[in-house]
Amino acid sequence: MGTQVIETLLLLTLSLLGSGQDSSLVFIPGGEMTPFYSVGSQQVRVEPFLLEAYPVTNAQFLRFVLRNPKWRRSQVQRVFAEKNYLAHWTGDLSFPPELADRPVVNISWFAARAFGQSIDRRLPTQDEWELAAQASETSPQGSDDPDFRQRILTWYSRPTANVPIPVGSVFQNVYGVHDLHGLIWEWVEDYNTVLVTGDSRGDGELNRQMYCAAGVSGTLDPGDYAAYMRYGFRSSLGPNYTVKNLGFRCAADMAWKEER
Amino acid sequence: MKRITRWGGLLACLCLLYGCQQPSSPSGAASTPSQSTAQSSESLPEEVAMLTHAPEVPPPITRKSPAKVVVKMEVRELQGELANGVSYTYWTFGGQVPGQFIRIREGDHVEFHLQNHPDSKMPHNIDLHAVTGPGGGAEASFTAPGHESIFAFKALNPGLYVYHCATAPVGMHIANGMYGLILVEPEAGLPKVDREYYVMQSEFYTKGKFGAPGLQPFSMEKALEEHADYVVFNGSVGSMVDEKALTAKVGETVRLYVGNGGPNLTSSFHVIGEIFDKVYTEGGTSVNQNVQTTLIPAGGSSIVEFKLEAPGTLVLVDHAIFRAFNKGALGMMKVEGEENPLVYSGKQKDIVYLPEGSAVQDIPGEPAPAPPTASNKEERVASGQVIYKRNCAACHQVDGSGIKGAFPPLAKADFITSPSVVAETVANGLTGEIRVNGEIYNGVMPKLSLSDEEIANVSTYVVNSWGNKGGEVTPGDVAKVKK
Repeated sequence: MGTQVIETLLLLTLSLLGSGQDSSLVFIPGGEMTPFYSVGSQQVRVEPFLLEAYPVTNAQFLRFVLRNPKWRRSQVQRVFAEKNYLAHWTGDLSFPPELADRPVVNISWFAARAFGQSIDRRLPTQDEWELAAQASETSPQGSDDPDFRQRILTWYSRPTANVPIPVGSVFQNVYGVHDLHGLIWEWVEDYNTVLVTGDSRGDGELNRQMYCAAGVSGTLDPGDYAAYMRYGFRSSLGPNYTVKNLGFRCAADMAWKEER
Repeated sequence: MKRITRWGGLLACLCLLYGCQQPSSPSGAASTPSQSTAQSSESLPEEVAMLTHAPEVPPPITRKSPAKVVVKMEVRELQGELANGVSYTYWTFGGQVPGQFIRIREGDHVEFHLQNHPDSKMPHNIDLHAVTGPGGGAEASFTAPGHESIFAFKALNPGLYVYHCATAPVGMHIANGMYGLILVEPEAGLPKVDREYYVMQSEFYTKGKFGAPGLQPFSMEKALEEHADYVVFNGSVGSMVDEKALTAKVGETVRLYVGNGGPNLTSSFHVIGEIFDKVYTEGGTSVNQNVQTTLIPAGGSSIVEFKLEAPGTLVLVDHAIFRAFNKGALGMMKVEGEENPLVYSGKQKDIVYLPEGSAVQDIPGEPAPAPPTASNKEERVASGQVIYKRNCAACHQVDGSGIKGAFPPLAKADFITSPSVVAETVANGLTGEIRVNGEIYNGVMPKLSLSDEEIANVSTYVVNSWGNKGGEVTPGDVAKVKK
C-alpha cells in the first residue's frame, strides 16, 4: 500500500516536472541511402518511418520503471544490464530533480528495447538512424558539408560531460529531430550487425582476412571520420553494457498511428 | 537483396571499424584473466609493472629469469596544453602524451589490463608492436567506456616497440596522442649506462594554425593531407626545454629511448652537439656506431647512446628542421661539468641550425586574428612574454641566458644599450660579428615578421626582464627604427 502511495506521488511530481516531455514522432522520408560501410555504390533502401524528436529523458524512463519493476536498478538482471545501469540515479525511483529533462544514460540495449515495447515503439535500425542523422539544420544531406562534419567530430573529440545538457538544446535538423549529434550516443536496434554475424569466434577468421586497414579502400568515404567513430563505438558494445554517455530514442513504423 | 548488400558492406569494413579486433564478449567476460596464460605462467613470480611518464624510464630489470608481469594502464581523454596558450583534448594511455613507458624482459608473460575510464567518449584498444598475435592485442583489448579488458601475451622478441590505439578511425586515435613505448630487454640485459630517458616524437593537426590560441580541435582535413601544425617531443611544445630540460653530467653515458608515434611523419632524429656512439637501429638488435642522425619511422623507434664529453646545452631536434624551429620538435639536455676547450672548439657553432621564429609561418589568405593591443607597460610586458616564448626562447632561452658560442644572451646584455636596440634587432634582423658580455657571436638573426605592436611588446618584455635596465618601446618607436 505504502509503495502505491509513493508511486502516485512520484507520478504527480513527474507531471509537475513536465515529464510529459515531448515524445512526439517525426516523419522521416525514407530513401536510398549509401551507408558508410557500403562498397562502391551499393545502397540500402530505407522505408519511411517515424522517429522521436528527442532522446528519452530520465523522467520518461522513471515512468517506465514505475510500471515495470523488473527494470528497476535493484531488480534488473545482470544479464540484461550490467552494474552501472542507471548509476546516475540516487535510487530505484529517484534521481536529482535537475536530471528530469536530461537524456537517460547508463542504459542497456535490453532496457532501451523494453522501454520501446512498453509504448508500442521500437529502436531505430542503424540505417534509419544514420539516414536521419545525415541531416543538418538545413539539408537532408548535411553530412556532405565539411562544417557540419567538423562540428560533429569536435563533439566526438571531447570527453563526456559529467551531466548531459537538457534534451532539445543542441540542434534541430531539417526533419525536426533534435540532438542526433552533440548530446549523447544512441542505441540502435542492430547496433552490431555490421560487424558481428553471431558467434564472435566465427568472425575471427573473417576478421584476420580483413586485417586492419584492408577495409579502407572499400568504404565509400574514408574521410567521414564521424561515421567511423559511430560504427566503431557501437561495435565496442555488448547488449547489457551501460555507458555514461549512451542513451536512446524510439522509432516506429509508418503504420504506427493506425495501430494505436 | 538487402541481406546481400549488407554482407558486402560487412566484408568491406569489418576490420577497420573494429580496429582489428574481435568483439568483446557481451557478458562482460573481460573481467576475468585468460586461463591459458594463468596456466603457463602460474609457476612464475608475479610482479606489477612500474610505469613511468616521459621523460622518465623505469629502472633496468635485474631479474635473470622470466616473470609474470601485470600491466595496468588507464585510458583517459583529457584537456592539456599543446603549446603556450594552446590547449588540446588529448586521448591518452595513462593520462599523458606519450603513453606510459613499459619495461619488461624477453620471455616474460604479460597480463595486460586496459581500463577505459567512464568519462571517455570513445572505445579504445591497444596494439603493442611487441606482441605476436592478431592486431598486437588490439583484437583482445577493444574496450567500451567504463570497461576493462584483460589479455595476455609472451614477450618473444627483445627490442624497443611502439604501442598505439587501433580503434577506428585509427588515424584519429593516434593523432590525438594514443601511443607510447614498450621496451623488451634482451635476456642478457642492456649494457649499463648512467642515465636513461624516454623521448617520443609525434605530430598534431589542429584547426587553427601553429600558435593559434585557445582549445584547438583536431583537423581531419590537415591530417589527411599530412600537413602538421605541430611536431613535438613528449606531447607538447617545450616539454623538454629550460627548467624541464633533460639533465646529465660530463663523463656520463646517456641512453635515449626514442619513439615516433606519427601518425604520418618520419623523424630525422638528431642531437645538436652530439654524435650517437651507438644506435640500436629501428629499436632492434643490430648496433650502428658513430651516427649523426637516425631515421625513425612512424610507428617505429630507435635507441641511441652517447657519452658526454663537454658541458653545455644539447638540442634534440627532428632535423627536418622547420619542424624543430617552427613546429615545436625541439628539446634540450643540459650537461654540467668541467669545460673542455679541446673538445668544445671548432664545430660547436653551426649556422645551419639558426632558428627562424614561428611568426614567419603566416599563410596567405588566412587572416590572423587581430592581437589585443596593449594599453600600458604592464600589458606590454605580459603580451611580450608570450611572444618571446613562442619566437625567441628557443635560442635565447626562457631566462634570456642564450647559448654560449651560438646564441647571445639577452639577460644583462651589454649589447642592449637602449630599448630601441632590441626593437631594431627584432624588426630588421642582424647579421655579422657582435660582442656581447665579452663573447664574440657571428651569426644570423632573421628578421621576424611580427607586427609593430608585437615587436614593441616583446622588446619591452626583454628590457624589463632578467635584470635589464627597463624602459618601454611603443609601436610608434618600432615604426621609426624599422627599415
